[in-house]
Amino acid sequence: MLEIDEGQVRQSEAAYPQHAASIALTINGESCQLQVDARTTLLDALRDRLHLTGTKKGCGLGQCGACTVLVDGRRVVSCLTLAVMNQGKSITTIEGIGDGELHPLQKAFVEHDGFQCGYCTPGQIMSAIGLIQEGRTRSDDEIRENMSGNLCRCGAYTNIVKAIKDALVQGVDAPEAMRQAVEAIRQDAEKGE
Amino acid sequence: MNAPLTPSVGQPVSRVDGPLKVTGHARYAAEFDIPDMLHAALVLSTVPNGTIAAIDDEAARRAPGVHAVITHENAPRLPYRRMSQRPQVDAQSGDQLQVFQGPKIHFNGQPVAVVVAETLEQATHAASLVNVAYEEDEAFTRFELDRGQRPSSGNEKAGRPAETQMGDADAAFAAAPVKVDATYIQPREHHNAIEPHATIALWDGDFLTLYDKTQWVDNDRKEIAHVFGIHEDAIRVVSPFVGGAFGSALRTWPHVTVAALAAKVVRRPVRVELTRRELYTSVGFRPHTEQRVALGAERDGTLTAIIQEAWTQISDYEEYAEVTLDPARNTYACPNVRTRYRLVEMNTNSPCPMRGPGVATGLLAHETAMDELAVALGMDPIALRLKNYAEKDQHKDLPWSSKELRECYRIGAERFGWAGRNPEPRSMRADGQLVGYGMATAAYPAHRSKASAEATLFSNGTALIRTAASDMGPGTYTSMTQVAADALGLPLEAVRFELGDTDMPFAPVHGGSITLASVGTAVEAACRALLDDLSHVIGADLSGPFAGLSADDLEWRDGGAVRRGGGEMVPFEKLLRELKLDKIVGHGTSAPGQESKTYSSCAFGAVFAEVRVDPDLGTVRVHRVIGAYDIGRVVNPKTAHSQCIGGMVGAIGMALLEQAEWDERFGRVMNSNLAEYLVPVCADIRELDAFFVESEDRIFNPLGVKGVAELGICGVAPAIGNAVYHATGRRIRDFPILPDKLL
Repeated sequence: MLEIDEGQVRQSEAAYPQHAASIALTINGESCQLQVDARTTLLDALRDRLHLTGTKKGCGLGQCGACTVLVDGRRVVSCLTLAVMNQGKSITTIEGIGDGELHPLQKAFVEHDGFQCGYCTPGQIMSAIGLIQEGRTRSDDEIRENMSGNLCRCGAYTNIVKAIKDALVQGVDAPEAMRQAVEAIRQDAEKGE
Repeated sequence: MNAPLTPSVGQPVSRVDGPLKVTGHARYAAEFDIPDMLHAALVLSTVPNGTIAAIDDEAARRAPGVHAVITHENAPRLPYRRMSQRPQVDAQSGDQLQVFQGPKIHFNGQPVAVVVAETLEQATHAASLVNVAYEEDEAFTRFELDRGQRPSSGNEKAGRPAETQMGDADAAFAAAPVKVDATYIQPREHHNAIEPHATIALWDGDFLTLYDKTQWVDNDRKEIAHVFGIHEDAIRVVSPFVGGAFGSALRTWPHVTVAALAAKVVRRPVRVELTRRELYTSVGFRPHTEQRVALGAERDGTLTAIIQEAWTQISDYEEYAEVTLDPARNTYACPNVRTRYRLVEMNTNSPCPMRGPGVATGLLAHETAMDELAVALGMDPIALRLKNYAEKDQHKDLPWSSKELRECYRIGAERFGWAGRNPEPRSMRADGQLVGYGMATAAYPAHRSKASAEATLFSNGTALIRTAASDMGPGTYTSMTQVAADALGLPLEAVRFELGDTDMPFAPVHGGSITLASVGTAVEAACRALLDDLSHVIGADLSGPFAGLSADDLEWRDGGAVRRGGGEMVPFEKLLRELKLDKIVGHGTSAPGQESKTYSSCAFGAVFAEVRVDPDLGTVRVHRVIGAYDIGRVVNPKTAHSQCIGGMVGAIGMALLEQAEWDERFGRVMNSNLAEYLVPVCADIRELDAFFVESEDRIFNPLGVKGVAELGICGVAPAIGNAVYHATGRRIRDFPILPDKLL
């Protein structure tokens, strides 16, 4: 059996980190006060401090998009922004979309099998919400190009594109740009037939 | 009140775990909320070979929040007991890497210390303060063919022979009127599942709980029991969701031991979550492999000689070998076949299975060579393959339990529009781009292993099925729910399926595409056992509606029991209530039988690719990939389709993008991140489609299924390479096909 050297076990010198900072955020519509280590990324604050683990850590380098959230409505990779940089900002995570029931994009991802393992999925959906709000959905190519910051290693890309288009047709709460996008898709579909 | 139920198997059911995944509520290994949990950060070696001369960890120990710095100098000695029988997921000879047990360095990136601290930031910072000095030894960091060694007897016995010979392949090759002979390179590739490997270890006295990313909870428990010299009953492994793995989570890697060891030392729960960079040396990879393929044929296309030789890399501490040469031995009929397999020892971490292990690599070379032969013969590539159609597994000398590959070629060609191909290279153009059509055969052996499951029917008419299986993405949760619902005659919504916990009945590894054939049949057996038991009870209940009847007299459908030949359906709720039973439980096991010795089982496919190549820039875009597959019975066409197109995406990476850039000076992967190790992104993928031919393999297993996942990545990369040849007239044998190779 194991023998433990008591000398190895040291109590931490401080219960709280040396570099602590106090921040106020709005997360999914609720205001939130938090003491964080100044080095803590927004991603780690969400996952490890607030237990909002729907936002995923895939690379920690801003390369995979699994940690995508909306910051004041814009899609942001939360691993590349420190929590303290988001003082006073409004953060929307996967846990904050849908109003007691699945958001149209969530429904469409299930219906079109827009994932397999599901790990990149919250980031894909948050990115797709941002994409729709940006109005960058006027063609398949535009959707593909602007969803390319979100890697899916299971290879569900074709189904992800179908899910986004389907959600657009179903109607996602979004500005004028989205309505124009829907119109463009409808016209394409008519041409196709 | 109860409308007759349509059987669920065969329906394109949406994933039952879909809502959990799209809401972010599916919980992966690193996400369990464990009170008092500490964080760990690794220190990795910076030399490829040598010994640790000194470790200076004073600054790290003094850093805020640090609880322990564990190195080989202070780590508890671990017994690392040998397993009486090596699990098939481990290397078949050599010894696994032992963590913090000595100063020896085998590769650049080996863990040499772990820092445990209150927060991840503190641990990461403190780890950067650890200074390690090394005495370096000369390292083998180049892949040198002349250093190739024969596989050891353990690997020979496991079907990775050094040499095989049928007929006289060299004489037949020399005499062949038409021949091709070339060398193919497939670089080191990394799984790069989006979820990093992570383990949370929690000791409660002498009982260890591990929340781990693993494709096999039962073996994970066994491995850690052997490492620590404790009984398996003192360990529980929990792994309900796996965020992709593709083989990287088959075996138990050193970081799992690090987590358990660190938690023991600091007497608090500890999480080890590998960083993206650490994943390139802390888990395995698809090994760099070079192959020579020589094919000889008569002028009518009849194969007379197949020679395939492969050299692949291994680590210097254990010997992981693959079935790279199986495709040479059994894909086509040929009287003269010779293979040769050699392993090149290097200072690297050990490779491991990655989707379609060995077979995808072997087929890449073999199916490219077949295309070269078709060109040399002036023959259509499909016609060449049909000419040499293997009516049996000639290597094992056994009949196939099922094979609908002819139909795959036919349907695939039809859906793709193969007839519109002008066979002349550089003859087709669209939108200023060169257009190429290519095809290849896909095949992956179908296996199954012993499995078990437990089925419980409750008095509210719902059922719970449990087994220690895994779902890394193929849809185990969904397909098992479908199988159970049909077996019990229940609607899908009334069945809940749980997996990924060593407290559940044992299941085999979730790899090699065996899960549905293995665990699915066990789930069905458990449901049958439950219903048999129930039929005994209701038959013996003399006051009940089925008094005196036996199982043969009953049918189970629409949520209850019906007398065979007609009569009123009595719902399960009513049956159990009147018997005053809260629940009834059935246990089932399943295992391969004699058929595994008298038949060879395999899933097949025909893959067709269209590429567009920019004639000025050499950039290749995959315009579309169409596959037609024989996977036996299709339990869920929606998830099976996703697996096939997912395999195509992986293979587009294999063909055009993926390779570890290896620095021979230091034995390091230079592009150990997702911006420089290129994987396909959404913009790389256009049209992908998969079709399933009529097939059902009841010889192989009672469900009639054959498995999909590995098959999906097989044959696609060579089909793309063959299409690139057709588009450009340039044969690229050194993968991936990067633009500079076409200029």
